[in-house]
Amino acid sequence: MSKQHVSTIVNGDPVEFLADPGMTLLDALRDELDLTGSKEGCGSGDCGACSVILDGRLVCSCLVLAPEAEGRRVETIEGLAHGSELHPLQQKFLEHAALQCGFCTPGLLMASKALLDVNPDPTESEARYWLAGNLCRCTGYDKIIRAVMDAAAELRQERV
Amino acid sequence: MSDVLDRPDIGHNAGDDLKVVGTRPIRPDGADKVTGRAAFGADFNMPGQLVGKVLRSPHAHARIVSIDAKKARALPGVKAIVTGADFPNLADEFHEGGEAASNLRDLAMNVMARDKALYDGHAVAAVAATSSAVADEALALITVVYEVLPHVQEVEAAMAQDAPLLHGRMFTEGLEARPDKPSNIAKRNRIARGDLDAGFAAADVIVEGRYTTQAVHQGYIEPHACVASWAADGQCSVWSSSQGQFMVRTYCAKVLGLEISNIRVTPAEIGGGFGGKTTVYLEPLALALSRQSGHPVKMVMTRDEVFRATGPTSGSVMYVRLGAKTDGTITAADVELKYQAGAFPGSPVGAGSMTALACYHIPNFRITGWDVVTNTPKVAAYRAPGAPISAFAVECAVDDLALKLGMDPIALREKNAVRDGMKASYGPTFQNIGYVETLEAIKTSPHYQIPLGPNQGRGVAVGFWFNVGGESTAALHVGEDGTAVVVTGNPDIGGSRASMAMMAAEALGIGVEKVRPIVADTASIGFSMLTGGSRTTFATGMAVVQAAEKVVAELKRRAALIWEVSADHVAWREGVAHCLDPAKTDKPPLSLEAIAAQSARTGGPISAQVSLNAQGAGPGFAAHICDVEIDPETGGVTVLRYTAAQDVGKAIHPAYVEGQIQGGVAQGVGWALNEEYIFDRDGKMENAGFLDYRVPVASDLPMIDAIMVEVPNPRHPFGAKGVGEVPIVPPLAAVANAVRAATGVRMCDLPLSPPKIRAVLDAKEG
Repeated sequence: MSKQHVSTIVNGDPVEFLADPGMTLLDALRDELDLTGSKEGCGSGDCGACSVILDGRLVCSCLVLAPEAEGRRVETIEGLAHGSELHPLQQKFLEHAALQCGFCTPGLLMASKALLDVNPDPTESEARYWLAGNLCRCTGYDKIIRAVMDAAAELRQERV
Repeated sequence: MSDVLDRPDIGHNAGDDLKVVGTRPIRPDGADKVTGRAAFGADFNMPGQLVGKVLRSPHAHARIVSIDAKKARALPGVKAIVTGADFPNLADEFHEGGEAASNLRDLAMNVMARDKALYDGHAVAAVAATSSAVADEALALITVVYEVLPHVQEVEAAMAQDAPLLHGRMFTEGLEARPDKPSNIAKRNRIARGDLDAGFAAADVIVEGRYTTQAVHQGYIEPHACVASWAADGQCSVWSSSQGQFMVRTYCAKVLGLEISNIRVTPAEIGGGFGGKTTVYLEPLALALSRQSGHPVKMVMTRDEVFRATGPTSGSVMYVRLGAKTDGTITAADVELKYQAGAFPGSPVGAGSMTALACYHIPNFRITGWDVVTNTPKVAAYRAPGAPISAFAVECAVDDLALKLGMDPIALREKNAVRDGMKASYGPTFQNIGYVETLEAIKTSPHYQIPLGPNQGRGVAVGFWFNVGGESTAALHVGEDGTAVVVTGNPDIGGSRASMAMMAAEALGIGVEKVRPIVADTASIGFSMLTGGSRTTFATGMAVVQAAEKVVAELKRRAALIWEVSADHVAWREGVAHCLDPAKTDKPPLSLEAIAAQSARTGGPISAQVSLNAQGAGPGFAAHICDVEIDPETGGVTVLRYTAAQDVGKAIHPAYVEGQIQGGVAQGVGWALNEEYIFDRDGKMENAGFLDYRVPVASDLPMIDAIMVEVPNPRHPFGAKGVGEVPIVPPLAAVANAVRAATGVRMCDLPLSPPKIRAVLDAKEG
């Protein structure tokens, strides 16, 4: 089967790559674009380590075919910070020690960003259910939830 | 901080004026981990690398009659194929890695099956090809002829006289007489004290039960991954995610018959391990494929492979009988533990036995452990290996005893608690333990006073873990600008870089931001045992502090040279040398930075390395409270509140200590409520994925309150005790005891999944 040419926008920049029709967006990001921040923990959409934002919507990039990204906008962990300035979520994850091994962290940060994009003032319960698709085996989620709530508060402050 | 650094044998213990230890700085590897830059196992690539994949047995137990790989070899793009015939057969040899001893013969046969496949998922062949698709095609073209054999997976079934035998050569060790025929029972161990019959005769009340747990997986989110290169001159390089680059080096050398100096292992960032990455699966295969193909080979497991072929920990059947006086004094305990080892001997039943009664001072007891092979993946260490299992049985029985005696469960545990000076059930005499302090902490916690509503229950349980020390190396190099690099050989799973940098900074008397911690490859730092057994902050931390002490001694010597005074007349305080020579009081203090800037003129670079074998790890104790609510409709159990108190010795970085406690609790809750290996009639795992093997998600858990009790360990420079493992020990029983309180029914079989709860509620209503 011949490869497909895909043009898409990743973290604001136009990119092009060739993809087998069956290639996942995750593999394209990792193997074609060298964006290895998105992780594969399961390949079946159960762990959320590959979470990215596609046209504003949170998706598991392992469940999206790379050619589906044609003409769309992809946001990955590599684009979360503004240059060398960390996004408030990244900063709060560090301040709250919300990561241990750090493998699930890129996915959790992207999922958290997608949450705060649509719900700037989530309750703890809303945050827990939104992030229920992102497995973390290290932290017991306590510090992650605190970091997300704290980042949400800071982002609300910034908007005022 | 003052001149205590000159006294390396005397601790800096709590009470000292610590500037860095005990604070919560941002971890030094943090920015890389929140921006996606940190390179984990699968994130590394080499030019010209091939893709390696494994063909796995679809049978739980089968003789491998033949393997025909001719068609696969002929496929364009296939560069190498290896089977058991490509690996040397090893003799029995035990290797102590830091968590548990491994028999290298078994390890090699687990990496690649020889004449028999012993579980669904056992590797039987591996290929390297130019692409993932070609490798998959090649696997499909390999013809393996199997003679399927009867299999056995449940532990008591495997112990039966007529059970199918996994190994014809296994005669039970540890019995009074060597058995005359082989069995699946690898070993019996026994720990006993006093007169069991007299102990039960003296009891006013007796409780007993049979308890079962299922095999559960460590569940790290990062699948095993490595890249290996075998160069034409025999020099081998491995990049892999593991709990110990030196462990990987040793095991690869043994499995492939190589010299240690020909292998260099570089640790990737590790995406969780919990004990499950204290062994090798892929690395020897990737090296063998690289040797045959002449190319670097990258291998990454799928989640299905992780479940079917790595981990898990044992399923078990346990019997507990306890006798006590009406005042709550426990007079006798009889504990029998039967643990699944998986395909090769080596379940953690030994540690399960040693920890089972370690929280209790009981005059008469007997603990019998059975290590039993089964047609399931060979178990790997899982956080406090063996201890959560036996604690589940014992802590449920203690809870029943409290109920029968009408005693508060914390009061009953306090009455029988081990204290300093008492001889532990497993041998040594306890010193500097903080167990009753953890009981006091939960008793006085706000949580314990909160009233419960309908369908709710509260459970209490305690736990113990030894913690270990062992061999570690650390190097400390001072830069010419007065900053420092601290180099160790222990992969950072949960923030150990931060604690190493903090301990070095504290000992040097400089800010933690001036210290850069590095986890080095096997050729760049001396040997360290793997990250496991809750040993790194204790043992490697001790090496770091001693290296810093040597550096401080050298800095003082350099200052003395600059001032032309005796080194005895130099004091080191907060990173600055002070001249104490009464004849030279005019000398202004010399900072570390100033001394470093002149190092070329005073003798060259300033650095030190320390290798040690740390002894005297302080044991960890934990006491937990769990509140649950049962949904009578669905049988679902919700954890409402959870409080975990733990003696941590001294928290170096309290936030990461809390994190260890919270993470251990979450894993324990999963073990108690949801997680289990499920096998079909043919012995194939039915739930080899995160959808069906359900680990706790954010919406399953409440905030987890961690109470750090600090009873310092005098053997560590700052008083640290291992903290990573004991938090998973009490939760299984804490949850089960809460469910008993909520339902009024003792449930002895984990997991306490909704169908089982529903059955109990139905029986009550019926």
